[in-house]
Amino acid sequence: MKVTVIDYGLSNLFSVQRAFTHLGAEVEVVNQPQQVQEASALVLPGVGAFQDGMDGLAKLGLIQPIRDKAAAGTPLLGICLGMQMLFDESEEFGLHQGLGLIPGRVVRIPSVDTDNAPQRVPHIGWDPLLPAQGRTDFGGSALAGLHPGEECYFIHSYEAKPTRETDRLADTLYGGRRVCAAAACGSVLGVQFHPEKSGPVGLEILRGWLAQCEGRA
Amino acid sequence: MAKKIRLIARLDVKGSNLVKGIQLEGLRKLGDPNHFAREYYEQGIDELLYIDIVASLYNRNNLSDIVRKTVQEVYVPVCVGGGLRSVEDVRAILSAGADKAAINTAAVKRPELISEVAAAFGSQCMVLSIQAKRSGPGRWEAYYDNGRAHSGYDVVEWAKRGVELGAGEILLTSVDNEGLQRGMDLELIRAVSQAVDVPVICGGGVGCAADAVAGAKAGADAIACAAVLHYGKETVSGLKTALRAAGVEVRHESDRH
Repeated sequence: MKVTVIDYGLSNLFSVQRAFTHLGAEVEVVNQPQQVQEASALVLPGVGAFQDGMDGLAKLGLIQPIRDKAAAGTPLLGICLGMQMLFDESEEFGLHQGLGLIPGRVVRIPSVDTDNAPQRVPHIGWDPLLPAQGRTDFGGSALAGLHPGEECYFIHSYEAKPTRETDRLADTLYGGRRVCAAAACGSVLGVQFHPEKSGPVGLEILRGWLAQCEGRA
Repeated sequence: MAKKIRLIARLDVKGSNLVKGIQLEGLRKLGDPNHFAREYYEQGIDELLYIDIVASLYNRNNLSDIVRKTVQEVYVPVCVGGGLRSVEDVRAILSAGADKAAINTAAVKRPELISEVAAAFGSQCMVLSIQAKRSGPGRWEAYYDNGRAHSGYDVVEWAKRGVELGAGEILLTSVDNEGLQRGMDLELIRAVSQAVDVPVICGGGVGCAADAVAGAKAGADAIACAAVLHYGKETVSGLKTALRAAGVEVRHESDRH
């Protein structure tokens, strides 16, 4: 299986790359529109600010090719900032447009928990993946191999709010609130946590995603 | 709300060796840092912290090779510090596979660097490392160059200023308690963790599981352990079991491998 990782200048690509090669995938790192158009499975990683990420994609002329690929049903996995960019817009430093592949908005994590006590932002830590409301497990998704409650590594100050409950795949709990941990829409999957930094559980998710990609190919 | 903390293994590196000192001095060589990193990963460590402890003295950074090797087989977050002086230095260490950069000396000398790193890679990458030495009752001064040079900054004020400038996390090390394995400076942990709204990684002094429990209860969001693990006095799972028994939440062991 070949995985195409999009490099728009903002990421620790090495760990993502390494995790996929560990799982037996062939990895190419690209930054050209044509390379994106030819991909059979795309990964959009990312750390940093939303606008910088979108600017990076725009500068390389990658926004439309990514949208076209998603529309054509090519598997696309967004990680952390890469997940947030899949949504319509983000409130990070003003309102900015995203890729619009999953309806919803990215907003700041509240500075207080459900007891109204101050809570840390960024949210940094290992927290459980729970089936989103209306689901009992992760069946049919890349997370299918997980038991509800297994923990992954999160590091983020903003969180995605999918408009449709049906796009919500997994939540985590932070400060007593449910926070979107994974969202899926068609062939597009976004994960707020870092599967490449989440030990054996994260690797299982990437393995599940690769298996789905192979199923589609 | 029950608090969940991270358990971090701190690996001080000099050249190609893992070392451990007492109060950041008197270093003893312990072996290949990658060997320890792998071991802790298998035991279920939540995060690794690499510090090149002589880098800022010699104006260099040689951790890239070690980090690149570590992330070949260790799939947890890696924070790296020691000798990082510029956005370019941070970029280099991140591209070697690090997730976060811990900066002390260069931030003391030029606090704007905190904002520059946060702007370039996001606040979550920018960890302000503070070496705190007690200067009076309820007061600490920030040191740099491994506890050798003093900045004149009050630790609590410096932590607050660092967060205002864009630090997404604080790495707080008690120079007085470091390496002694006789417990953490709980008053220091309380003072800093109450003063800022970002996570605080606390280190210096953990010699047994009860010390980590006390640190967590004092307000640490993460506990950095070194000697207690390196010398095999405790295992990662032993520490986690004790934390859990004391009512502090930690990540569960995974049965996957």
